[in-house]
Amino acid sequence: MKALSKIYTFLVFLFLYAPIIILIIFSFNDTQTFSRTVFSGFTLRWYKQLFEDRLIMEALRNTLVIAVASAIISTIIGTMAAFGINKMKKLPKRFMMTVTNIPMVNPDIVTGVSLMLLFVFAVSLMNMRSLGMATLIIAHVTFCLPYVILSVLPKLRQMDSSLYEAAQDLGCPPAKAFMKVVIPEIMPGIITGMIMAFTLSIDDFVISYFCSGTTQTLPIYIYSMTRKRISPEINALSTVLFAAILILLMIINLRNAKDSKKEGKKR
Amino acid sequence: MKNKAVSAPYAVWSIIFIVVPLFMVAYFAFTDASGAFTFANIAKVGQYSNVFLRSIILGLIATIISLALGYPLAYIISKVKANHQTVLIMLLMVPMWMNFLLRTYAWMSLLEDQGIINNALAAIGLPRFHMINTAGAVVLGMVYNYLPYMILPIYTVLTKMDNSVIEAAEDLGANKSQIFAKVIFPMSMPGIISGITMVFVPAVSTFIISKMLGGGGNLLIGDLIDMQFLGSSYNPNLGSAISLVLMILVFICMGIMNQFDDGDDIQGGGMLI
Repeated sequence: MKALSKIYTFLVFLFLYAPIIILIIFSFNDTQTFSRTVFSGFTLRWYKQLFEDRLIMEALRNTLVIAVASAIISTIIGTMAAFGINKMKKLPKRFMMTVTNIPMVNPDIVTGVSLMLLFVFAVSLMNMRSLGMATLIIAHVTFCLPYVILSVLPKLRQMDSSLYEAAQDLGCPPAKAFMKVVIPEIMPGIITGMIMAFTLSIDDFVISYFCSGTTQTLPIYIYSMTRKRISPEINALSTVLFAAILILLMIINLRNAKDSKKEGKKR
Repeated sequence: MKNKAVSAPYAVWSIIFIVVPLFMVAYFAFTDASGAFTFANIAKVGQYSNVFLRSIILGLIATIISLALGYPLAYIISKVKANHQTVLIMLLMVPMWMNFLLRTYAWMSLLEDQGIINNALAAIGLPRFHMINTAGAVVLGMVYNYLPYMILPIYTVLTKMDNSVIEAAEDLGANKSQIFAKVIFPMSMPGIISGITMVFVPAVSTFIISKMLGGGGNLLIGDLIDMQFLGSSYNPNLGSAISLVLMILVFICMGIMNQFDDGDDIQGGGMLI
């Protein structure tokens, strides 16, 4: 039984990783015929081409600008919203939470299409040129906000409100008490929300696809690459992204391990 | 902090960018190009009932396969040592961090007629299969992309399960399969429910997987919507009508799923990441 479950686990992970590994192998494929299935020698040509590709680099820059902007905006608005919602009475709270849930429950394509209708309408109304960075950032903030709110809200609920009162009893002015007591207490929630917003924004394709106009983000560029031609450049790009993700996750995990060690020592 | 007004920016934001756009979808769905009220778009959606049916069937098949593959794995992971659990869950999440376009693209090169699987089959003397551009390939793509979304919530519920309940069942003389069927499985229901919704909703509304792995022959609801807005047959009114029907379909599905879930928070299992 033990062996059986080990084999099963291995097979599922093989299913999950085999395509990615093959993608990586073929990023080093030295081929003239653009074949993505016959391996004919090692090369780094596709990587060179990737980094020299001006369009990809521009798409990458756009993606990062949008991700940073929408993470910051959604974290600020979302954290403030969480404070307000936490203090609300039952009925308005329920109403707000229902609205918050809509972008999470709704299929991405419907969210994308609905925003596109709004943006196209607004653009024609205000005589702007077309959809672009601004509409992309607005769309990303919109679908990131629920995740920020839902990661800050539990921290606020858990927080002991007497801490804030105690600080004031001890002569701390309210604003300072807020900054020194409340904010540090809910910081983990804010950070989680911000990281989630950032990664969701980088990864999003469906909603961006409908709100981008002519602006390219990395996922949109990848999409057009898979539609137009077969190029090992995509494989090289996948490999670079995969390596970046692995390194990022390892750093996060090492930091977590360190933190939990510190916690252990404190006790 | 006491002031409720701090949530005002969000309230305004969500009204403009969540509520109003949905009303615009509804408005476009019930008007024609000139803005006059009409039921024609909604009626026209009926013509595409075969596409809706195909999406729902393929989505359901993918969900069932994901559950059948995912539940045992979630169970196995929840039973190994704690530090191994962390590693396995990490391994499960790494592919999710890859953009799903790239993950789907990877399958294109595997499934092609001259692809890696077919070349491998030919090399050992077996006949080639036609795999790409079939409904099966679309289901495979869905399962591959959304399997982790099934495993994670089930795993969360299984690890949070109170062990004393299982011990109590043992003490009362239940055997292993009885414990599983009568205690563990029913108690993992909230995780299964959120897993099913997290797989079915994106699967039923996808348009990339069907485009990349299904060729032109396996049109799904998502493809229809895409075509009306950014594709060949520009018609936002019809597109809105299809979107509206899709949205209602998803909400009905979730309503049905919630009936099976007696716990009050469906988010509990799903919000792991």
